Amino acid sequence: MSEASPAKAYALHLGVIALLFALSFLLPEYYHGLLARIMVLAVFAMGYNMLFGYVGLLSLGHAMFFGAGLYGAGLAVIQLGWNVPAAFAVGLGCGAVLALIIGLLALRTTGVAFMIVTMMFAQVFYLLILYFAVWTGGDQGQVVPQPARVLNFGATSLDLTNPTVRYMSALALFSLVLLVTLATVRSRYGRVLVAIRENEERTKMLGYDTFSNKLIAVVVSGAICAASGAAYALLFGYVGSSFASVQYSILPLLWVLLGGAATTLGPLIGTLFMYYVIDVTSGYTSAYLLIVGVALILLVLFFPKGILGTIRQRWLGWLP
Amino acid sequence: MTDKNGFFDLSKTTLSRRTALKGLAAGAGLAVAPGFVRYSQAQSSAPIKIGFQSHRTGIGAAYGRWYEKTTAAAVKAINAAGGINGRQVEVIIEDDGTDPGRGAEVVGKFATQHKTDIVFGTLFSHVVIGSAPAAGEAKIPYFVVSEGHHVASTKLNRYVFQPGITDVKSQIQSMAPWIAANAGKKVTQIFPDFAFGYDHRDYLPPALKAQGAEVIAQIAIPPTESSFTKYFPQIPAETEVIYHVMVGPAVLTFVKELGEFYGSNRPQLFGFIDSLEAVDINSPGLEFLDGSHFWEGSPRYAQPDDSAAQKAYRAAVGIDDNGAAVGDPKDVSTAAHMFGCWETLYVVKKAMEDAGYKGPEDRAKLVEATEALTAFAEGPEHPQGPKTFNGKIHQCFGIQNISKVEGGKLKVVHKTKIEDGLYEAEGDYTKQAL
Amino acid sequence: MHFGPHLLLAALEGLVTSAVLALTALGLSLVFGVMRVVNVAHGEFFMLGAVLAWAITTAIGGHPALGFLAALVIAPLIVGAIALIAERLVLRRLNYNPEATIVATIGMLYIIQQLALTFYGPEARPVEPPFNYRILLPWFGYSGYKLSIIAASALLLTATWLVLTRTRIGLIMRATQYDSETAQAFGIAVGRVYGGVFALGAMLAAIAAVLIVPISQAHYLMGQDPLLLSFIVVIIGGLGSLRGTVVAAVLIGLSDGIISMFFSPTLAKIIATLLVAMVLVFRPQGLFGTASR
Repeated sequence: MSEASPAKAYALHLGVIALLFALSFLLPEYYHGLLARIMVLAVFAMGYNMLFGYVGLLSLGHAMFFGAGLYGAGLAVIQLGWNVPAAFAVGLGCGAVLALIIGLLALRTTGVAFMIVTMMFAQVFYLLILYFAVWTGGDQGQVVPQPARVLNFGATSLDLTNPTVRYMSALALFSLVLLVTLATVRSRYGRVLVAIRENEERTKMLGYDTFSNKLIAVVVSGAICAASGAAYALLFGYVGSSFASVQYSILPLLWVLLGGAATTLGPLIGTLFMYYVIDVTSGYTSAYLLIVGVALILLVLFFPKGILGTIRQRWLGWLP
Repeated sequence: MTDKNGFFDLSKTTLSRRTALKGLAAGAGLAVAPGFVRYSQAQSSAPIKIGFQSHRTGIGAAYGRWYEKTTAAAVKAINAAGGINGRQVEVIIEDDGTDPGRGAEVVGKFATQHKTDIVFGTLFSHVVIGSAPAAGEAKIPYFVVSEGHHVASTKLNRYVFQPGITDVKSQIQSMAPWIAANAGKKVTQIFPDFAFGYDHRDYLPPALKAQGAEVIAQIAIPPTESSFTKYFPQIPAETEVIYHVMVGPAVLTFVKELGEFYGSNRPQLFGFIDSLEAVDINSPGLEFLDGSHFWEGSPRYAQPDDSAAQKAYRAAVGIDDNGAAVGDPKDVSTAAHMFGCWETLYVVKKAMEDAGYKGPEDRAKLVEATEALTAFAEGPEHPQGPKTFNGKIHQCFGIQNISKVEGGKLKVVHKTKIEDGLYEAEGDYTKQAL
Repeated sequence: MHFGPHLLLAALEGLVTSAVLALTALGLSLVFGVMRVVNVAHGEFFMLGAVLAWAITTAIGGHPALGFLAALVIAPLIVGAIALIAERLVLRRLNYNPEATIVATIGMLYIIQQLALTFYGPEARPVEPPFNYRILLPWFGYSGYKLSIIAASALLLTATWLVLTRTRIGLIMRATQYDSETAQAFGIAVGRVYGGVFALGAMLAAIAAVLIVPISQAHYLMGQDPLLLSFIVVIIGGLGSLRGTVVAAVLIGLSDGIISMFFSPTLAKIIATLLVAMVLVFRPQGLFGTASR
C-alpha cells in the first residue's frame, strides 16, 4: 500500500458514496431495489473482508454472524414487539457477543483448522435455529410484519418498506461501514493487522499482543456482518435459516475474492459483479450456475487478485 | 428395468427439454430478453403477463419442472379458449433457486422489471414466506401452489393467495378419521425436523384424539440426515401405525431401511405421497410399501372412475395412466401437487374476469374479487374435484384421496369430504389495508 | 428396544457411515496433504461417482451385480479423468495458490452440479445393490450389503496404505508432501505427482459413492454433506495422516450413531458437531498431526 495521499483515498470513497446517492434518482425501479439489497450484502462482504483480507483468517462460518444479526433484529420485532432502532441494536449486539465467544475459541487454531472450526460452529448455530423452531420459525422462517418496519422520530415516521427510504437506509449503513473500514485500515491498528497477516511470529516478537488484536478484528468483523443481517431483516422483512446455512458463509468469501481481498471497495464490486452476472445470465438460461462457475474460474485465472486487487497491482498503487 | 433412452442419449434430453420449453411459447421468449417489453399495458390487446416463480434449480427442481409443464398446459388451454377478458396470457419464468432470498428478488423483478400483472408460484414454503413481504410491498397479487399452512395462518399479507391446493393442516385433519378407523389406534409419527414436518407434528395428534386414537411417539429426523436406521429403535413396539412424511432425495433410503429393519412383520404404514413425488413407486427397495397407504392430492395413477375432466387434464399435461410423462415412463410426475397450478390459473382467470381486470392499476380490485370467491365446481377448470374458498384466509379446501399401493400402482380407496378438512379461521386478511 | 440391541444397531450404522466417510475423506486428505489444496469440489466428484454408477448400471442391465461391478471400475476412471483435466487446465495454472484454488474449485462445484442437473435431472434415482441379503438378528433385521460396504472400505483403505508405504509411487508422493521443493531437486516431476494425486483423490470419492449409492440414491445435490464431513475428518485426523483420517472417520461415524441414541436427533447433531469442534479448538493440530505444521 503506498502512502501517497490520504486525501485521494477519501475523495474516491466519498465519490463512490455520492455516485450511489445519485443512482437512487437515476436507476430504473428494478435496479434501484436490487442495488439496495446489494449494498446491504456488500456490508456483509466488508465485514468478512475485515478478517479475511486484513488479518488473513479464512472463516467458513460468517453466516452465523449474519444470522445472529438477522435473527437478533427479526426476533426482537416479531417476538418482543420492539421498535426498529432497538431491534437493530439487539442484532448488532448478538453478533458482537457471538463473535467474541467464537473468537476466544476459534483463535486457538490457525489456517485450515480455523476454517473448519468456524464452519462447525456455524453449523451448530444453523442447527440451533432449527432446534428452536418454536421461536425462530425453523427453516420456513418468519415474516417481519410490514407495519412494524417503521422508524419513528417524534411526529415524523419513515416507512422502511418504501423503496426510497429503504435505499437510503441501505446507503447510510453502507457508507458508514465503508468509512469505518477505510479509517481502520489506515490506522495504526490496521497496520498491525496486516503485519499479523504477513508474519504473525515477527509481529509477536515486536511486542504486539497478536491474540487480542485478532480477537478485536473478529468482533469488529462479526459486528459488521451482524449489522448487515439486522438491516436485511428490517429492510426486507424476512428471517429464515437459509441465511445461516453454509452457502451464506461461502458467498461473502466469493464476493471478497472477486472484488479483491484487502481492498476497501472490493467487497462492493464483488457483490455487484456476482449479482449482476446471476441476474443477467438467469434471464438467458436456467443453467446460469454453469456460467457463474466458468466466470469464477476465468476470473481467478486471469485476475487472481480480484478485480480491484488487479487494478491496484497494475495501475493504481494508491488504492486502499 | 433397462432404460436405453435414459442417460447416454443426450440428443434426446435436449430435444425433450426444448419441446417442453416450446410449450411455454412467448413466455420463454420474453424471459430471454428481460426489459424488452413489446406491448404497452394500456393496449387492451396486450397479453396478460403472469410472472412464474419456478424451482428450476436447488432442492425443489423436480417439482419445478412439472409445475412448469402443468402451467404451460393450462395457459395453452386458456389461450385456446380466448384467454382472459379476451386477452392472451403470457408466462414469464424466473428461477428462484428454491431459495427464499432469491425468491424475494424474483418477485421484485416481476413487479418492477417485467412488470407482470401477477406473480404465480411456487412450492417450497420457505420460498413462499421469504417472497411474501416483497409481494406485499410491491402490492402485486401473489398466487402460490405450496400446500403449506402459512397462507391460511394469516401471518403473510393480503396479497398472497392459495386458491388451487388444500393446505396441509386441512389435509392432515381429513386423514385422521380414516387412519383411526382403518389403520390403527396407536400411531408413531416420523417426520423431518423442519417446518413441513411441524405441521404434521402439531396437527395430527389433536385430530387423531378426536377420533379416539393417539400418537404414542414422534420422531423428528434432522434435515441433513441421509441414513435413518439408527432412529428406528425409537419406534415403540406397540405401534400399530407408522405415519411417515419424509421428503427430499433421501426418502428412498428411508423406506428401504425401514424395510430392512422390519422385514415382512411390520406395523401398518401411512404416508404422504410428498415423500415419493417424481419417484417411481416400483423402484428397487420400495417393494416394502406394498399394501401401505398414502395421501394423494390428485391421484398419480389413472383411476377407473376418473371424470372426463380428469382425463382431459391428464392428456393436456401429458401424463400417461401411470402418472409418468407420455413417451417416457421413467419420468414420473408430481401429480399429487401440480394440479394446483392448473386450478390456480383458472381461479386467476375467474377473478380477473369478475374484477374486469385491465392492468396493474386494477390489482386491488383483483384481490377483492379473489376474496369474494366462495366455491369452485368440479369440471375442466377444477379436475381434481370441487372446492370451497375462504376469502378471509385466502385458502381453498378440497377433497383428499387415500390410496393403497397394490400391484405396483396406487389405487384410491377413500375420498374425504370437504367438511372433514375445515377448521376455525385463525385471522382475517380482508381487514388489512390494500 | 432394549439398550444392548439398540447400541449394536447404532454401532453398525456408525461403522457404515465411518467406512464411506473414511474413503471419501482419504481422497480429500491426499489432495490436501500433498498439494495443500482445499478441494471444495470434492463432494461433486463424489456425486459424479454416484450419478455415473446409476448411468452405467442402467445402461448395462442384466443382473444387478454385473452393472454394479462395471460401475465400480468405470465410474472412478471417468471421474479420475475429469479431475485430471481440471487439474491440468485450472489448478496447475494457478500454481496451487491456496486462495485461488478455493475459488476455482467452487467454480468447478457449480459447473459439475449444473451439468448434472441439466443432463441427469433433479430426481433422486436408485441403484440396485449387487445382492439383497437381509441378516436377521433376534431383535431387528439388517442389510447384508451394508456390512459388505464396511469390508470393502477396509480392503481399499489397506490397499491405499500399502501403496503409500510400500511402493515407489507412495514414496514419491510422501516425499512431495514432505517437501515439494527438495523433491523437485531430486528429480521428481512434482507437477505430474500433483496431477496424479488430484485424480486419485477424486477416484477415491467416486469409489465411495459407488459403494454407497445402492443404500442411498444418486442425486445432483448429494455432494455437500460428504464434503463437510470429509473436511472435518481430515482436520480432526491431522493433515495428511492416513491413520488419523481413518481413526477420525470411525470416531465421527460412531459418535454420530451412538449420540443419536440418547438425544433427540437434531440435538444429537448439535452436540456431536460441538464436541468435534471443541476437540479441534483444544487440539488444533488434530489427533495425529504433528504440532508445528
